[in-house]
Amino acid sequence: MSKKVFHVMFDDEEKLMHSAEGLVEKGIKVKDVYSPFPIHGLDPIIGVKRTRLAIASFMYASTGTALALLGMWYFMISDWPMNIGGKPSFSLIENLPAFIPVTFEFSVLCGAHGMAITYLLRNGTLPGVPASNPDPRTTDDKFVMEITTDENHSMSSEDIEALVRDTDMIELSIKDYE
Amino acid sequence: MEFKFEGRLKTASMVLMVIGVIALVGGFITDSSDHHQRWWANLLVNGFFYFAIALGALFFYALQYAAEVGWSAYIKRFFEAMYAYIPYGAAVILIVLLAGQFHAHHLYHWMDHTLYHEFMVVGSDGATTYSDTKEAGAVLNPNYDHIIANKSAYLGGWFFWLRTIVYIATFVIFARLFRKWSLQEDEVGGTKIHFMMYRRSALFLVFFAVFSSTLSWDWLMSIDTHWFSTLYGWYVFSGMWVGCMIFALVSLLYLRTKGYFQELNDSHVHDLAKWMFAISMLWAYLWFSQFMLIWYSNIPEEVTYFTQRIFTDYKVPFFIMFFINFAVPFYVMIARDAKRNPRFILPVAFLIFVGHFVDTYLLVIPGTMFDHNEFGFMEVGMFLGFLGLFVYVTFNALSKAPLIAKNHPFLQESQELHH
Repeated sequence: MSKKVFHVMFDDEEKLMHSAEGLVEKGIKVKDVYSPFPIHGLDPIIGVKRTRLAIASFMYASTGTALALLGMWYFMISDWPMNIGGKPSFSLIENLPAFIPVTFEFSVLCGAHGMAITYLLRNGTLPGVPASNPDPRTTDDKFVMEITTDENHSMSSEDIEALVRDTDMIELSIKDYE
Repeated sequence: MEFKFEGRLKTASMVLMVIGVIALVGGFITDSSDHHQRWWANLLVNGFFYFAIALGALFFYALQYAAEVGWSAYIKRFFEAMYAYIPYGAAVILIVLLAGQFHAHHLYHWMDHTLYHEFMVVGSDGATTYSDTKEAGAVLNPNYDHIIANKSAYLGGWFFWLRTIVYIATFVIFARLFRKWSLQEDEVGGTKIHFMMYRRSALFLVFFAVFSSTLSWDWLMSIDTHWFSTLYGWYVFSGMWVGCMIFALVSLLYLRTKGYFQELNDSHVHDLAKWMFAISMLWAYLWFSQFMLIWYSNIPEEVTYFTQRIFTDYKVPFFIMFFINFAVPFYVMIARDAKRNPRFILPVAFLIFVGHFVDTYLLVIPGTMFDHNEFGFMEVGMFLGFLGLFVYVTFNALSKAPLIAKNHPFLQESQELHH
């Protein structure tokens, strides 16, 4: 049996949300939704797991804090001790206030860049990577719901198609894939 | 739905007030410091701390209108109740200032007018007259303080009192008007009153931006008369804002368990907790900015404030207070789930509420008690007593109007808040 992927298009995010609710109630697993903007409240309906991006960001920022302090300790105190108006005076802990602004900025830098790069990698949207959304109109004003037979073994593709056609959709494309 | 102020909450606030009265009376009798300095200093700490929370509520309320905020419409009556305390807090501050003016205490060194004149003439009858010019028979005034004398135009005369009256009058008038219009909106409906409040809130914020800085210079920073910091006003302001968010968040969680504000959902709690978290960071940022610049430049006239707090017995509470008010909310409240869970929110809120009280305490006490300070029942009792008064006034005001502003244009948006 060939695997099929359904791309169901909507012209309104509210219609998509309600349709998704109905489909999930009938036992269909929605794989993903392509949308030009975040749709609040959709994630729990289609069962998307909570993002762990925030945890990753916290770890990147903590790494930044540690790296900044280590770096400044090495540059200013260990390798070539600097004395600028009595501060820093050859001790990291005594001069901590002077190092806090740089530490803060470096933590933000690492946290923000780490988060952005992780996000792009995870979504496969790095510059130059071919677009993976099924229809270019999902970057404009249309919303596409993706359903695969692969994730819905309990139903035949005809059943899925019938259920999907029952919703408020405006377009349906069914493709085979391996 | 109306809130009924009764039962255990009312009893508890009464009991706290009784403790406060005992602390006030007992503290005054047992206070052995010169001119009851310790008692007056603590009255100022408590007067200002709770006044600042109420003022923070008025500011936050105006901010919600000026920024056309939707999510908070459902809980706006609680902020109205909080700023009902402004006249009471202002009265306590006025009592302290007036007592200082009549030399009942010496919290404000600059209120001593002998400091302003370079010369003095001691008459044959022992009476001393002060003058700025060297008259016949005049000698140098040993009390003369040229730094304070240079500030005489700002602090020394009627200008100080004019400012004090203008601040308090502005806050009281705006608070009364906002409350009046808000209650009017309940009856009239429509958007006319809403847009009027939108414009008046913007106007209030203009006044508040100036007054929040200058009132903290006048009432608190002038205690350390020889010292000044331009960051001081923002630092005090962030403290009042975070105090307001803590009190509102804890009270609303409490009211929800008692059957009021039933539509207060996790998203509202999340938003309020975000404010508590964010303003704690703003406070820590401003505290540190003030400290770091003064520490780094190390100029004698600037470091006096910190040497009084760091090279004395105040060192331990000073740094513990900063650590608690910054690190605890940062590490505990940073996660999304923690901001929605009262089990994380409440311990942090109680801890940093006391933390910010200690912050206000350390704004006043080191410059008034120096190294003769004591900490005992009077301090704790007055803190609890004024807390009781604040709770009583707030919840009493809350019971005077419907809990939900039913004609607020954003009410539905607020009730359906979800993120």
